[in-house]
Amino acid sequence: MHVDPEIIRLLAFLIGVIAFAALNAAYLVWLERKEAGHIQRRIGPKEVGPFGLLQPLVDGIKLMTKQLIVPAGVDPVLFRIAPILVMVPAIMSFVTIPFSETLVARNLDIGLLAIFAFASVNVLGLLLGAWGSRNKYAVISAARVVSQNVAYEIPMLVTVVTLVMITGTMNLHNIVMQQQGGFWHWNIFNFSASPLMPVAFLIFFVCMLAETNRAPFDMAEAESELVAGAFTEYSGMGFGVFFMGEYANIVIGASMATILFLGGWDCPFGLFPGVHWFLIKMYFLIFTVIWIRWTYPRTTFYGLLNLSWKILIPISFFNLILTSAMLKVF
Amino acid sequence: MMSLLTAEGLSGLLFLVFIGVTLAGALVATNARSLIRSVAGLALCFLGVAGLYYYLNSPFVALMQILIYVGAVCVTIIFAVMLAESSDLKRVTRRNGLVGPLAFLTSGILIWALAGLALKTEWRPAPCLLNRGTVENLGQSLLTTYSMSFELISVVLLVAVVGSLVLARVGRDK
Repeated sequence: MHVDPEIIRLLAFLIGVIAFAALNAAYLVWLERKEAGHIQRRIGPKEVGPFGLLQPLVDGIKLMTKQLIVPAGVDPVLFRIAPILVMVPAIMSFVTIPFSETLVARNLDIGLLAIFAFASVNVLGLLLGAWGSRNKYAVISAARVVSQNVAYEIPMLVTVVTLVMITGTMNLHNIVMQQQGGFWHWNIFNFSASPLMPVAFLIFFVCMLAETNRAPFDMAEAESELVAGAFTEYSGMGFGVFFMGEYANIVIGASMATILFLGGWDCPFGLFPGVHWFLIKMYFLIFTVIWIRWTYPRTTFYGLLNLSWKILIPISFFNLILTSAMLKVF
Repeated sequence: MMSLLTAEGLSGLLFLVFIGVTLAGALVATNARSLIRSVAGLALCFLGVAGLYYYLNSPFVALMQILIYVGAVCVTIIFAVMLAESSDLKRVTRRNGLVGPLAFLTSGILIWALAGLALKTEWRPAPCLLNRGTVENLGQSLLTTYSMSFELISVVLLVAVVGSLVLARVGRDK
């Protein structure tokens, strides 16, 4: 039987993308626990396999064999849909991320926009899950998620608009190609476009932390005040899928920071560019994200909103105006 | 008969899926028991419409549909429902038994008329492709040809923001 090669390519990339997202989610949990352990002068998981490397697989089996409890009083449809709504857009975002010059599932002309569009569905999933749970903690958490995401989407998008003004394209592949040839070509050091580029990177990184609900901005989960926030009523793999979605979103955020500011697969010294450089930069950023989580305590909710509306948004708008002026003058 | 194992076959199937998703979402949005499920149906409908836009060769509009309608409008509606709706499920009671059949009849006539119009009109192909729907074209026409409407829309949004702030202030003083 004749099968279109395009179909085979589609299937291969589909399986690859899903496997990449799932494996990352599983092993980032391991990384998180190990890193947390060492930061707190413990060892972290060590019993299952060498260095506890098989721990995520065992955890996965444990979560899958647990009963999926749908408590009485919840909205059963929304309760079941919500984890899927968090996970699927995260996986879809991987489709357009270029890992190297050739390794990309679909090189969209507006890939940058595609990722932000899919990421915006994430909030909807959390909201539906939280409201469907009909739980006080979950509803408080949902209200927080929305105000937090609205507040941090603005500086993030303004920063990205600044970047698009410099690059003149929303094609992620072309954005990386413009930054080839050593670290002084990367957008983070693109001082000829704007002297504030490192600040823009910092804003993007902070917004990424807030958008993925990571500490110190994990107001949605906030286990010390809200039990587990939106996830309070979830058990077994329902909770597991939420968790995987969160880690997949962190991977996407770190990938975006790598592509937009750190030159993607470009080597800092111009030697052997390739997918390994992309992964090194991405995992370094993820390491930093986890590092921050176990170093700083959670902020207060007003502190979180003040940081965005009073500091990040004015600075990002100033950068936008400065960049457009510099681009016009020089 | 086209095989499903070709790119065209699969994309045709996907097109049908998008149509189905749009219709199913619309049905859920209008018939659901609770408001929040209606909003979820609306989100589903928006997703289907975004898929249809993609098939109309305008991926930019499709992504904007997801970003704005699913990511912002639906979230805002859910937020409003959360603040307004009491926790009990309110059943929408139909006052008159005739309302349902009449609604179906009206929408049936409307669909029939629109479909007839679309089928009977002689569509003339445009002499040349003026606008490929790319981001550059869209941006240029928004800031040149349609700059007036663009500015007017932003004024409307500004009025809405200021108006909601005024309403919120008044509520707080009481």
